[in-house]
Amino acid sequence: MEQYSSKVMDHFAHPHNVGEIENADGVGTVGNPVCGDVMRLYIKVENNTITDAKFKTFGCGAAIATSSMVTDLVKGKSIDEALKISNAAVAEALGGLPKVKMHCSVLAEEALKSALDDYYKKKGLVSPVKMPAESGHEHEME
Amino acid sequence: MLPYFTVKFGNPSNLHDIGREAKNAVEEARVKTAALIGAKAGEIYFTSSGAESNNFALKGLAQANSQKGKHIILSQIEHFSLLHPAKTLEKSGFAVTYLPTDKEGLVNPDDVAKAITKDTILVSIMHANNEIGTIEPIEAIAKITKEKNVLFHTDAVATTGWIPVNVEALGVDALSLSGHQFYGPKGAAALYVRKGVRIKPQIEGGIQEDGRRAGTENVPALVGLGKAAELAAADLQHRMSYTARLRDRLQRGLQEKIEEMVINGHPVHRLPHNLNVSFWYVEGESMLLFLNMDGISVSSGSACTSRSLKSSHVLTCIGTDAAVANGTLLLSLGMGNTADDIDYVIEKLPPIVQRLREMSPLYEDMVKKKRAAAR
Repeated sequence: MEQYSSKVMDHFAHPHNVGEIENADGVGTVGNPVCGDVMRLYIKVENNTITDAKFKTFGCGAAIATSSMVTDLVKGKSIDEALKISNAAVAEALGGLPKVKMHCSVLAEEALKSALDDYYKKKGLVSPVKMPAESGHEHEME
Repeated sequence: MLPYFTVKFGNPSNLHDIGREAKNAVEEARVKTAALIGAKAGEIYFTSSGAESNNFALKGLAQANSQKGKHIILSQIEHFSLLHPAKTLEKSGFAVTYLPTDKEGLVNPDDVAKAITKDTILVSIMHANNEIGTIEPIEAIAKITKEKNVLFHTDAVATTGWIPVNVEALGVDALSLSGHQFYGPKGAAALYVRKGVRIKPQIEGGIQEDGRRAGTENVPALVGLGKAAELAAADLQHRMSYTARLRDRLQRGLQEKIEEMVINGHPVHRLPHNLNVSFWYVEGESMLLFLNMDGISVSSGSACTSRSLKSSHVLTCIGTDAAVANGTLLLSLGMGNTADDIDYVIEKLPPIVQRLREMSPLYEDMVKKKRAAAR
């Protein structure tokens, strides 16, 4: 496996925004322990802006780093801007990920979309969120 | 080894003095390797790796004996270097039975007996599993294969140099071993094949290894393998007791300090230097990365650390919960480890596990459930 970039290692060793938000405006939990990746994202929304974001993650170095990065990317953004955040943006912000770890960035995007979806549902609104396609786990025999 | 990289650079296949010198070195290594496992020198075929020995054994024995039958029996916890060639043999007309193990990784000899048919030509069960350390009942299985006139190969890559390995006592017809598992260099390994057993060469086109495995010998590495075998034979009991003591100390220390951890493998019939542990709610690679930062090198069987993104097939076979299988560490000890090293790991690992648990949504859910149940 290729090495992690120093930015990925930094977010892994010193992750930003670990924790939970009581009475969060949106919570999304994605992934599953059998695959080795579970991400939970909490968001606080005021006036259509994400004022706070926290995460909890069960997963590898890349999973923790992408969770941390997505909370950074999302804080201070409007809901509309947050909806546009892609897994590629997360990976790029981290200086790239090994090919075999790109699915962790997809999971981070899914966690965000899941939290936004939850936000709409909690408000009783129709959710415009489109969940991204398959996580892209390649379960091939070596 | 060093002279064989420079001044003693001969090719063992040459008849001149320089070649002869290299040839003698290889043959001396062969004698020492044979001595470690109680075999005759002529029964040792040198290969480049344990994986090659395993491929050679499985395909070579199956193909050479296919006129007698086409059924092979393996366990589900064999190394991929046996499981993958088995799949390849299936595609070319062989039938393979993969036997399960119990939850401690033991193969039941009765299962082997029941699986053998008139068509069975080969059984391959590992001496001990490299991941969980469980030592298999090879002698009992050999009694059955002898009775039924079926060839028996064992992958002893994890055991050679660490516990007594004697081909007569074990009763096997073929055995794989690998030098770098017992302080030899990488690139030198061997396959023992009992005299009289037919095996089809897999690497053809040379006179080396009695025509059974072509390719100019890796002389320095084989010299190293021979030396490693000699040292292992002289030190075997000490290595076993030294590492087992450290392993037990590590196990006790971790059990005292960390909750919700599972020790995988057999509690008694296991390798002395191996400890395979699963921790609930945390993932293997992230533990590995933190331990590495503290100067501690371990392995993990998590899906994230494998290229296929699947977790360990061994843990799956023994019935480990898929969720905790991804939180597994393999801690292997060696003669270079000391009690201080063990105490250092006991100091460093629990806070790492706790830190990762506090970051884990699975741990969060468990804690909330506990609190709710307590009310």
